[in-house]
Amino acid sequence: MQTPKHGGAPTASNLHSPQPEDGQWVMPSENYDATRFSGLDQIDTQNVRNLKVAWTFSTGMTRGEEAAPLVVGSTMYIVTPYPNYLYALDLTQNGALKWVYKPGVDPSSQGVACCDVVNRGAAYSAGKLFYNTLDNYTVAVDAQTGRQVWKTQLGDINKGQTMTMVPLVVKDRVIVGNSGGEMGVRGWLTGLDAKTGKIAWRAYAAGPDSDVLIGPNFKPFYDEDRGKDLGVTSWPPGAWKIGGGGAWGWVSYDPELDLIYYGTANPGPWNPDQRPGDNKWSCTLFARRPETGEAIWAYQIGPHDDFDYDGVNENVLVDLPINGQTRKVLLHPDRDGYVYMMDRATGEVLSAEAFGYITTSTGVDKKTGRLQLVKAKSPGFGKTVRDICPASPGAKDWQPSAFSFKTGLLYIPHNNLCQEVSATAANYIAGTPYVGATVRMYAGPGGNRGEYTAWDPVAGKVVWTIKERFPVWSGTVVTTTDVAFYGTMEGWFKAVNAKTGQQLWQFKTGSGIIGQPTTYRGPDGKQYVAVLSGVGGWAGAVVAGGLDTRDGTGALGFTNAMIDLPKYTTRGGTLYVFSLP
Amino acid sequence: MKRVTKGVLACASVLVLATLASSCKRESRTLRNEPPQRGLYDAARESTNEPGGKLPKIGMPSPAEGNAYAISQGQRLFDWYNCSGCHAQGGGGMGPPLMDRRFTYGSQPANIYDTIVKGRPNGMPTWGGRIPEFQVWQLVAYVRSLSGSEPSAATPGRSDGLEKKTRAQLQ
Repeated sequence: MQTPKHGGAPTASNLHSPQPEDGQWVMPSENYDATRFSGLDQIDTQNVRNLKVAWTFSTGMTRGEEAAPLVVGSTMYIVTPYPNYLYALDLTQNGALKWVYKPGVDPSSQGVACCDVVNRGAAYSAGKLFYNTLDNYTVAVDAQTGRQVWKTQLGDINKGQTMTMVPLVVKDRVIVGNSGGEMGVRGWLTGLDAKTGKIAWRAYAAGPDSDVLIGPNFKPFYDEDRGKDLGVTSWPPGAWKIGGGGAWGWVSYDPELDLIYYGTANPGPWNPDQRPGDNKWSCTLFARRPETGEAIWAYQIGPHDDFDYDGVNENVLVDLPINGQTRKVLLHPDRDGYVYMMDRATGEVLSAEAFGYITTSTGVDKKTGRLQLVKAKSPGFGKTVRDICPASPGAKDWQPSAFSFKTGLLYIPHNNLCQEVSATAANYIAGTPYVGATVRMYAGPGGNRGEYTAWDPVAGKVVWTIKERFPVWSGTVVTTTDVAFYGTMEGWFKAVNAKTGQQLWQFKTGSGIIGQPTTYRGPDGKQYVAVLSGVGGWAGAVVAGGLDTRDGTGALGFTNAMIDLPKYTTRGGTLYVFSLP
Repeated sequence: MKRVTKGVLACASVLVLATLASSCKRESRTLRNEPPQRGLYDAARESTNEPGGKLPKIGMPSPAEGNAYAISQGQRLFDWYNCSGCHAQGGGGMGPPLMDRRFTYGSQPANIYDTIVKGRPNGMPTWGGRIPEFQVWQLVAYVRSLSGSEPSAATPGRSDGLEKKTRAQLQ
């Protein structure tokens, strides 16, 4: 088995340019920088129109397929939604099944997963695959044999916890986080020993500094994020214990600064009147040491979040020329509608410009770093608030973007949704929803519910946008030959010109696409593109869960915006692999 | 010395007795078993495959069925116990919809009572011992009303918490 390209010692050069292309895809974000940029060049803007299906594989599932097909050596690995099977497919045999690992997931866990029973995939490191199960285990599986190496329990479904995110493996640490911001969980990020599965550290999103792993080296950039035990004092008494703030999104890593980056989820309940205060550290970006979990800086994107704007979206680590200087930045397209460009060493916001339609805020105060909220849009008891844009899934949800070192642009798959909300009293009953909001979403301006946007991070501007009927809930990948791939919820898999946005090719898969496309060099030396088709996720719950569209408040209000999805697609998970003839 | 002997003897006899007792249990058998019983579980059948031909139905009367007060209380409790968090206002979300008359585990009041009290294996929590029985029946009546399975005269209008004629509805 080949060594993954990111397993070795970091070099200074790989922070400034794409890492050497070895044709594999060993973690869903492609690399620690989370750029999803491929150096493979066989498929280009000229010949991409000839792409054909090379082979397919049925996952046997009917729920949302959000995972990324990984390629290590001559084997592909895919993780399914609940019951979280791990398939190993032989690339020398057109994807013939090598083995399947079944972790044995508690079926009851399906009842505490907020937004379909998805899984975002596995990560490979040093001969093992690591991934999370819906019922809160992290497993390590031998990549050759499919045998379980270890299995560690991290959470409890009876406290509303589940796990859906992709671990990040840094040195000897497997870094994982929990989901459940709609269930009154206490959010955390945890580092496990990669060899034994033992828990090395746990950093809670709220509570006293000792629980958040805030110590003497914690240096947030803004005054608002400084002070003792803010994770307790910015909540009503005790509310931090059930205040959400999970870490169900992406973790990226800068080997030179030795910092991991991730964001925390929304505070609970959604009804903001039940939790006065800034509710730290929900909706916050954290930089931590991977070895110990120690917090180095934090920036609360959404103090006292009113809208379920989780801060969990990806942090793409690139070095960009800003005012004549090369800056180590982090690009974070947030649910609140802004792309945050931050100095990733210090946590300073260099810019926060809108990529979506926003009515809930007017921008970020450069001095204080605080998001400037529009008071009239705050939900609360005794009122119905309309035209809240973006809606709760944000201008962009989990669907990860890609950065091209060729064009210098960030490719953002995202949503164009607004909503209306009336708040109700949420009762906390452990293991049940803790929301307190009745929501109906609908299309934002223009009527298209999805967009695929090329974003210039230096200028802070949209370069071009492709409008899509439904939210673009898939990930994306961009190649050195300026081809960008993404999927739609109708099931179209598309290739577009990364410079112009012109569509170059499309193929209709069996079900809506919400997965993460990847590209790799096969054992035969050819370039392939792989994507999982299979509608679901929060946006596709109306189809995956067979919901009744007469009640628009279903799926936390998403049903109302997706009433017509069942006319366009049906359930069913299939892996598609494409190549040139 | 004497005392020690006595103690040993007592222990030994206890051991012998215990062994005898467990042997009796192990060897005992009931020679005349009860015939099949009709009752609660007949009312809560979840399959229409009835080996040997159909038996006459036994009704498991719901004390709340057709009662307007019970249904409206059920509606309140449906939010109170966070049922609405998963099933929304009947359209479903984390849990399946309840307004489409497709009941996986049976649509009779006794079936729904069972579902709430015992839970179901794919995510429905077990509420037995947490919700008083009379409230479970009120919830049963409300859940049935969502799919029009209760008399319309006793059923309140579906509440979805937002005012009427919203922008979303108009679109």
